[in-house]
Amino acid sequence: MTSAHVHATVPATTPNQVPVYRKWLDYFTFNPDHKVIGIQYLVTSFIFYFMGGTMATAMRTELATPSPDFVTPEVYNSLLTLHGTVMIFLWIIPAGAGLANYLIPLMIGAQDMAFPKLNALAFWMIPPAGLMLIASFFLEAPQAGWTSYPPLSLVTGKVGEGIWIMSLLILGTSSILGAINFLITILKMRVPSMGLHDMPLFCWAMLAVAALVLIGTPVLAGALILLAFDLLAGTAFFNPTGGGNPIVYQHMFWFYSHPAVYIMILPLFGAISDILPVHARKPIFGYRAIAYSSLAISFLGLIVWAHHMFTSGTPAWLRMFFMIATMVIAVPTGIKIFGWIATIWGGKIQLNSAMLFAIGFISMFVIGGISGVMVASVPFDLHVHDTYFIVAHLHYVLFGGSVFGLYAAIYHWYPKITGRMLNETVGIFHFILTFIGMNLTFMPMHELGLLGMNRRIALYDPRFTDLNLVCTVGSYILAFSTLPFLLNAVASWFLGTPAGDNPWRALTLEWMTTSPPPIENFEIIPVLTTSPYDYGVSTHNSAGDGSVFSPEPVLSDDSSVTLQPEPDSVVADNTTDRQVESYAVASLIVDRQPENRADEPAVESSVPNGSSSSLQVESEPAGAINFDDR
Amino acid sequence: MQISTTDPVKTLVEHHSAVETTASAHDMEHPDYRLLGIMVFLFAEGMIFLGLFAAYLTFRAVTPDWFSDESTKLELLLPGINTTILVASSFVIHQADIAIKKNDVAGLRTWFLATALMGLTFLAGQLYEYSHLEFGLTTNLFASTFYVLTGFHGLHVTFGLILIAAVWWRSRKPNHYSSEHHFGVEAAELYWHFVDVVWIILFVLLYIL
Repeated sequence: MTSAHVHATVPATTPNQVPVYRKWLDYFTFNPDHKVIGIQYLVTSFIFYFMGGTMATAMRTELATPSPDFVTPEVYNSLLTLHGTVMIFLWIIPAGAGLANYLIPLMIGAQDMAFPKLNALAFWMIPPAGLMLIASFFLEAPQAGWTSYPPLSLVTGKVGEGIWIMSLLILGTSSILGAINFLITILKMRVPSMGLHDMPLFCWAMLAVAALVLIGTPVLAGALILLAFDLLAGTAFFNPTGGGNPIVYQHMFWFYSHPAVYIMILPLFGAISDILPVHARKPIFGYRAIAYSSLAISFLGLIVWAHHMFTSGTPAWLRMFFMIATMVIAVPTGIKIFGWIATIWGGKIQLNSAMLFAIGFISMFVIGGISGVMVASVPFDLHVHDTYFIVAHLHYVLFGGSVFGLYAAIYHWYPKITGRMLNETVGIFHFILTFIGMNLTFMPMHELGLLGMNRRIALYDPRFTDLNLVCTVGSYILAFSTLPFLLNAVASWFLGTPAGDNPWRALTLEWMTTSPPPIENFEIIPVLTTSPYDYGVSTHNSAGDGSVFSPEPVLSDDSSVTLQPEPDSVVADNTTDRQVESYAVASLIVDRQPENRADEPAVESSVPNGSSSSLQVESEPAGAINFDDR
Repeated sequence: MQISTTDPVKTLVEHHSAVETTASAHDMEHPDYRLLGIMVFLFAEGMIFLGLFAAYLTFRAVTPDWFSDESTKLELLLPGINTTILVASSFVIHQADIAIKKNDVAGLRTWFLATALMGLTFLAGQLYEYSHLEFGLTTNLFASTFYVLTGFHGLHVTFGLILIAAVWWRSRKPNHYSSEHHFGVEAAELYWHFVDVVWIILFVLLYIL
């Protein structure tokens, strides 16, 4: 192909759409718009993140010295209980739900979620539940840790424990209602041209998360109901002094709470799968492998819960099953990791803040994943159970994994959500601080655990002092690192560079509308003409400079050639030249001047005549998009 | 993803065929997924009961004097009658569904009223049983699980009755439900069947095993 016959133009993606900025008051109302709800989730969970972070900083201050000189051991216990609960149930899980709320309908071309009011209801359960939990700190704070194991939880901080149970029941209900929405929206609300295998990988991940929430969370609710009876009505389900069995609680608790770690990490797995190809300008490596591994993780995650209970008198044969099943999870997770590395391998990597956090996510998660395989092994776990090794492992997975992933997602989608870019310099500064702070805080904990330092204790042997001081310094850096992010996020919302519709030149549907999107997302139902990760694939730029795998897909400044909300008018009006026109798609790169749109015919006759008959054969429905998946 | 097959020709052809099929879908309301939503919700509800059943069976298996304790014997006659009533009510409420599909609102109201009365009878029987049992909530582990499980189920029966009453109240307006639009009827019916199935499992576990 030469440039001689190229006169077609790129249609404007969003012909009649203008960005819609909401009134600030809308974010304080019961609003059914999924984009409002997504922002409500994200901002609310971030506020709780700061609360949980403050608690963590207070705990690290206490742990700077071996003796309890900053807070009393009782206050320390309630700090660690609330820190764990807040970070899990009020930060990472709702933040993931917030991302899903904002992105799923946009990614699948829907106007909203399947049940918008239910969606708003699910969100509005979170603030009261969170405030209840925080308030319990000032009444009679729960002190039994985020796991709330009986009989400890039945004898310490009873008022706070009751509030803790109530709060978790509300948060669990909210989570279930959210999952119903995600599941049905993803399965039923996709644009007609989008099969399951044309979905962005984030949607696959949320499908797996929804399944886990629907299966796991109700069982936790059952456990909490029984625990509440023990606490308030004097029954003895989990109280050995009344003939009950605390191990049953542990089983029911972990039946939810182990899947919960996948509920916390899978949305970010999905987000990373969407972020990496965009900033590496390459297609995702192994789309189906990454998609199905989410489902595999989801399934395996349901049958490994007792690896949290290797020291709870679990019989040896049962421990063996759970050990092997746990190690097997490393396989689908490894598939993802290798898929991501292969994706960025040889790509034209743009090291912006989103990409830095995404790469940081992979590297930190690998460390957490490997220590996870270590603690999956029964003989090793018996030694490090309830030591700082576990604390190190879980923070590498939840902070190095989930929080890095959330930051990556926020840097990546902030332009879409607000219509403005975040400041890159501050973003990179934020990444460096977070990366150093995270490793300084949690890396020494591996050593502390191997040396035998117990977790959840305010006092410790003076021989652990030096390493603990390193952790504390690291935690201060980590605490400080959120400030540049906060300033960046708030200032950029008002003062940032306008982002345009598609600042990253991405191919997924959420970028094919305005930033921020209009109320029902798309004025015209979008039509999918390519898979979501075709960056630099020969299809779209085989012509022109002749490079088949140029990492730059063909895009106009603000819109995509390949994903169009309406057919190219030139093509639609002229049915006779359709086969010929098709060649021009590849040629659009060369000439993108809008004034050529009116020029007819779009394609000169340099296309050989004989080609049209063979093109007819080629254009059987077995083509680019799998309709049969629906 | 079939990246290798995405050549420009196919892409464009797909593009156009898709446009033709979606043009009519523009600005349309999406289909009604509420019943599907109820089903997914009931699945989650079922998981709560499954968790509680599993806890009950574990307690049963690991508590040494579970079977030797004679203080928590249960009668079978009254609960048996109660079970029959509840199971029968599932068939009764289905008659309402058949009626409304024939646009028979009067039939719907009659059958719903009958179901509600049967549900109330069940609850009354349950309360009668509670008041005549010789053990209380904290007598032993079986007593606790018995009261919590049946009580939690009773709560669901109560909620089902509220749903039925709501549909019955709304159906007083002649055109509120029709053979085409009767999501409320189907939702209440589905919920009632769920409560019924849970009771059958519960009855087998608590009274028969």
